[in-house]
Amino acid sequence: MNAQPIHFKPSEGFRDRAKAVVDNPFLRQSFRGAMDFLMSKRAGQFPDVEELESLRTLGEQIRQYNLGKLPELLVRLEENLTRNGIQVHWAETPDEANEIILGICKRVDAKLMVKGKSMVSEEIELNHAAEAAGIGALESDMGEYIVQLAGEKPSHIIMPAIHKTKEEIAKLFHEKVPGVEYTDNVDALIQIGRKVLREKFLEADIGLSGVNFAIAETGTLCLVENEGNGRMCTTTPPIHVAITGIEKIVEQLSHVPPLLSLLTRSATGQNISTYFNMISSPRKPGEKDGPEEVHLVLLDNGRSQAYADEQLRKTLQCIRCGACMNHCPVYTRIGGHAYGTTYPGPIGKIISPHMLGLEATATMATASSLCGACGEVCPVKIPIPELLMRLREESFSAPHPNPAMRGQGAGYNGLVSFVWRAWATVYRSPMLYGLATWAGSRFSWLMPSSQGPWTTVRTPLKPAPKRLRDMLKERG
Amino acid sequence: MSARDRILAKLKAAPNLPKPEPDVAAWFAGHRPVENTADKVARFRKCIEFAHAEVHAVTAITWLPKLREVLAARQIDKLLVAEETPHGNAALDELPPQGIECSTYDMPIEAWKTEMFHATPASLTAARAAIAETGTLILWPDAKEPRLMSLVPPVHIVLLDSAKIYNTFYEATQAEGWKDSLPTNALLISGPSKTADIQVTLAYGAHGPKELIVLLMGDEQ
Repeated sequence: MNAQPIHFKPSEGFRDRAKAVVDNPFLRQSFRGAMDFLMSKRAGQFPDVEELESLRTLGEQIRQYNLGKLPELLVRLEENLTRNGIQVHWAETPDEANEIILGICKRVDAKLMVKGKSMVSEEIELNHAAEAAGIGALESDMGEYIVQLAGEKPSHIIMPAIHKTKEEIAKLFHEKVPGVEYTDNVDALIQIGRKVLREKFLEADIGLSGVNFAIAETGTLCLVENEGNGRMCTTTPPIHVAITGIEKIVEQLSHVPPLLSLLTRSATGQNISTYFNMISSPRKPGEKDGPEEVHLVLLDNGRSQAYADEQLRKTLQCIRCGACMNHCPVYTRIGGHAYGTTYPGPIGKIISPHMLGLEATATMATASSLCGACGEVCPVKIPIPELLMRLREESFSAPHPNPAMRGQGAGYNGLVSFVWRAWATVYRSPMLYGLATWAGSRFSWLMPSSQGPWTTVRTPLKPAPKRLRDMLKERG
Repeated sequence: MSARDRILAKLKAAPNLPKPEPDVAAWFAGHRPVENTADKVARFRKCIEFAHAEVHAVTAITWLPKLREVLAARQIDKLLVAEETPHGNAALDELPPQGIECSTYDMPIEAWKTEMFHATPASLTAARAAIAETGTLILWPDAKEPRLMSLVPPVHIVLLDSAKIYNTFYEATQAEGWKDSLPTNALLISGPSKTADIQVTLAYGAHGPKELIVLLMGDEQ
């Protein structure tokens, strides 16, 4: 049922995947419509520019303050979670994280794991690993459930099935869910999902979730959601396993209200989500529900590389609201799948190279017009355009010792580099420049008619027969 | 070396860039109003109704008749209540003689999971407090009133004392000293369960309650 892992080179085939979406009017309509909707919902939540800007500044300060103390806070979080009875595990790589989670499943001979929405579990390809180990992994967020039924991947971090029309979903349910008649009524479709998944919550041995904020001083895991499946996954099965990146930590409970407000307003334009679920311990003696065991898996997967560099560290401020995607003119036109990475859009372009290495992601940062919208709407003020420029530099500069990033120089091309250096030399010297433009105007017939990507949609470039300086001279 | 030690070693080897502590209190003082109870009630009500919850103003005397009316309107004749709570006991005393069966959450969920999921149409819980800014109920489930009561039954009815409405989430956590007292599971609930995952079309009753009904007690309305 599950899609294949995506550990290929997202850079390869990017143009083809992007073109396929651009050529598909239905997909373009889906994304355009959804992004317009999300943009206007967000704008409606921030009518007061001063309030928005001061809250963004506070959000940035909170994230930077906490990142500044990250190693200390992780140790404190671990101490307090452990004191509360929550077991903490550390994983450097996706394989280690999968091993930890599947180890917990195997210890209790688990048959079925129900999953709340977790992008980190997508990042480690948990569903694939679970299936290979003979353990069922069922997505319970409506969007994720649809995407899993279709054997696809989420195309948006907040709205996973945004690329599908209700008619496609109606057909999918009719074909894949036993006994379901075709209906494209959205309420009816949601009720079908509810019915199927409620039985699974009853049956499941393990509930898996992500984490939106982990509070160090109290040892608390916070989850934001609207559907209630996150609460189901973290309350009904006997074991709850949460997984998060090491950066999603705050020192104090008082840091949570501003970030929660920024998150829900930026993500879906809600002043708050339906549920905010704060978990501080497994079931205590005398309590009648809740899991007997709660685990937290802390995943690095390249985050410590971003952490090591002052500028790149800002990538880790992200609270995963998705506003940068919603406002990105590239994402809106090519959708989430074209990127080929777990995290698409602007945030995907700046975080994925740390996870997958620049060898696999060298050209990702070039899929941007640098219009700046992503940086402007980011609720924690990540300078995304600046980071895109930095990543281009890291990808395409000549390989050098002690690089800041794995795969630095992966996109380096000696010939291109030589051409640009020659260009720079010519343009710095008036004599060489004069010579070059003279030759250009005399030998313009030598220009090829096919000039790579330029001529796919434009007429070929050809130097003018007379140079500007010649024309000025003629006029006297 | 364990994964833990390797990760921490990498983070500690990174440049130490301490940043000033953010002043959250000052931001809230400068950007959120401090309102009287009547205004907080109005704001709370507006927000939670916008999120599709149903709100009824009641008093210590009228809440039970209103509860019965709410159930009758939906043809529900069975209610899950919490024993050993004042409101649960009041419901247990008053409702059964009027034809509404009251079941209690008197054993661990493992013993009656199927019944909870398939034969529990409605539940009654109290809210610990609420938040005006976002129209949010605060629940701290405990041994008497467990977590699933506010999640599994399709209709969730909540009793709220209007004197317990805070201006903001921040104010609630500060005034109640949450950082030293958080329970197993603290919950903010701001409407019935919903989703917009199919073509951004809003649908209620995704996985949790399809209806959220607030019985708002107090004289300020």
